[in-house]
Amino acid sequence: MTNEALQKLISSWIPELEFTEEGSQFLNIIVQPEQLHQLMTQLKSNNETSFDYLFCLSGIDWGKELGVVYHLESTIHRHMVVVKVQTEDRENPTFDTVSNIWATAEFHEREAFDFFGIIFNNHPNLKRLFLTEDWDGFPLRKDYVDEINMVIK
Amino acid sequence: METTTITNNFKSEEYFINMGPQHPATHGVLRLLLTIDGEIIKKVEPDLGYIHRSIEKMCERDSYQQIVHLTDRMDYLSSHINNEAVCLAVENALEIDIPERVKVIRTIIGELTRIASHTLWWGVMGMDVGALTTYFLGFRDRELINDIFEETCGARLTMNYNIPGGLMYDIHPNFIKRVKDFIAHFKTKLPEYDKLLTGNVIFQKRMKGVGILTKEDAISFGASGPVGRGSGYSCDVRKHHAYSALDKVNFKEALRTEGDSLARYEVRVQEMWESMSIIEQLIDNIPEGDYKVATNAVIKLPKGEFYQKVEAARGELGVYIVSTGTKNPYRLKFRSPGFSNLSLLNHIAVGGKIGDLVASMATLDIVVPDIDR
Repeated sequence: MTNEALQKLISSWIPELEFTEEGSQFLNIIVQPEQLHQLMTQLKSNNETSFDYLFCLSGIDWGKELGVVYHLESTIHRHMVVVKVQTEDRENPTFDTVSNIWATAEFHEREAFDFFGIIFNNHPNLKRLFLTEDWDGFPLRKDYVDEINMVIK
Repeated sequence: METTTITNNFKSEEYFINMGPQHPATHGVLRLLLTIDGEIIKKVEPDLGYIHRSIEKMCERDSYQQIVHLTDRMDYLSSHINNEAVCLAVENALEIDIPERVKVIRTIIGELTRIASHTLWWGVMGMDVGALTTYFLGFRDRELINDIFEETCGARLTMNYNIPGGLMYDIHPNFIKRVKDFIAHFKTKLPEYDKLLTGNVIFQKRMKGVGILTKEDAISFGASGPVGRGSGYSCDVRKHHAYSALDKVNFKEALRTEGDSLARYEVRVQEMWESMSIIEQLIDNIPEGDYKVATNAVIKLPKGEFYQKVEAARGELGVYIVSTGTKNPYRLKFRSPGFSNLSLLNHIAVGGKIGDLVASMATLDIVVPDIDR
């Protein structure tokens, strides 16, 4: 499906979605955290979209907001799309898990939790993956300071 | 005479053991927490981070030329392909046209890297199931490729041959001849691999029907590379999103539908044949021209997001760059093939024997620095 056709179809499911192609080679969908799980379920299960392959899940710190970027591809139709979600709550940034939709998300979400402190609701095993349980803070956040381990030029 | 009947009154009991981080079969510092009942595996939980260097955070303070060097240290067995991924992402973002000569040389060295990686994997794969000879044969052939790299790039493992805009140097005058000699040599040696290991009855029994991964699960777990293709999942980035000179060559995507350890093994062996065929198609047709185009000393990417995927030896490597228009990336994420492939280990190992875990893990071809980026 072309990006225009994808946008038309997906916006008919949830009218509040924002779409943009600016500064990216993919169609970007910006979704509110409350609607994330509903959108993702439909992207995977709908026969016209069938986004069955989550090839990248990245946490990202925008300075003020914390967000997650999902890169999706359909192995049947070979089209791709990017879903973005963000929140301004830096104390308890919480999104619904997508690990029940794509199994690979379980590890990727643990990585995002480990480095950004993003909490995923209903995740089966949300705990630190790379760092030790008693690690203080979330290293990939922009405001993280660690005078001992970080080499600053 | 009185007879006693021995009955099985033993209770089965689950217990927990550590495998690694110093276990030879985990190929580096990977620790697996195993819950087992006798010899039957109930749960496998990887514990990562023993060599995590936070390359993604380091990238945020480094220039794009410096980032290329860090990627060598992720999956060190496909260092050239990792370099290429970052260079392609930067070049696409800057909209630089790369000379055909560079594209062809990158593809040839990329496929040599794949052969070198697969020969090493084949050597340690055999060793993991108890065949020591394979290790020496694999390394014998791999050395020849490393010698070619050393002559052209100056390094055997962490090559740093790619730079944004092209290559660091032109190829060595001996390069073409040595590659041809290697292909001629390896064509006689690769059938030996099959003779020695593939047809071996003990090996077949260890591999066939073990560690089964269905196609649906492979896609859901984000499997890529030979792991996905062993389950009949067509996931070769070289086919679906061709880059460099790969759109100019004919090759077959190695696919098996069985989804067991043997299928993943066969995919890799066939890939070595296909890589040789790609090199043969290109080696006589390296176009004349420059080996690089000049870029600014300070590379600034335009504001935006850039994603580049390539087929590394272990599967799909993705580079996701978020740029705010400065000389450093705002965020850089590496989607490493090993990380997703490791996540399915629990799925394929549960219910099997502990010895089969070692064999299944060997067919996933895990390189730990690739997972602990």
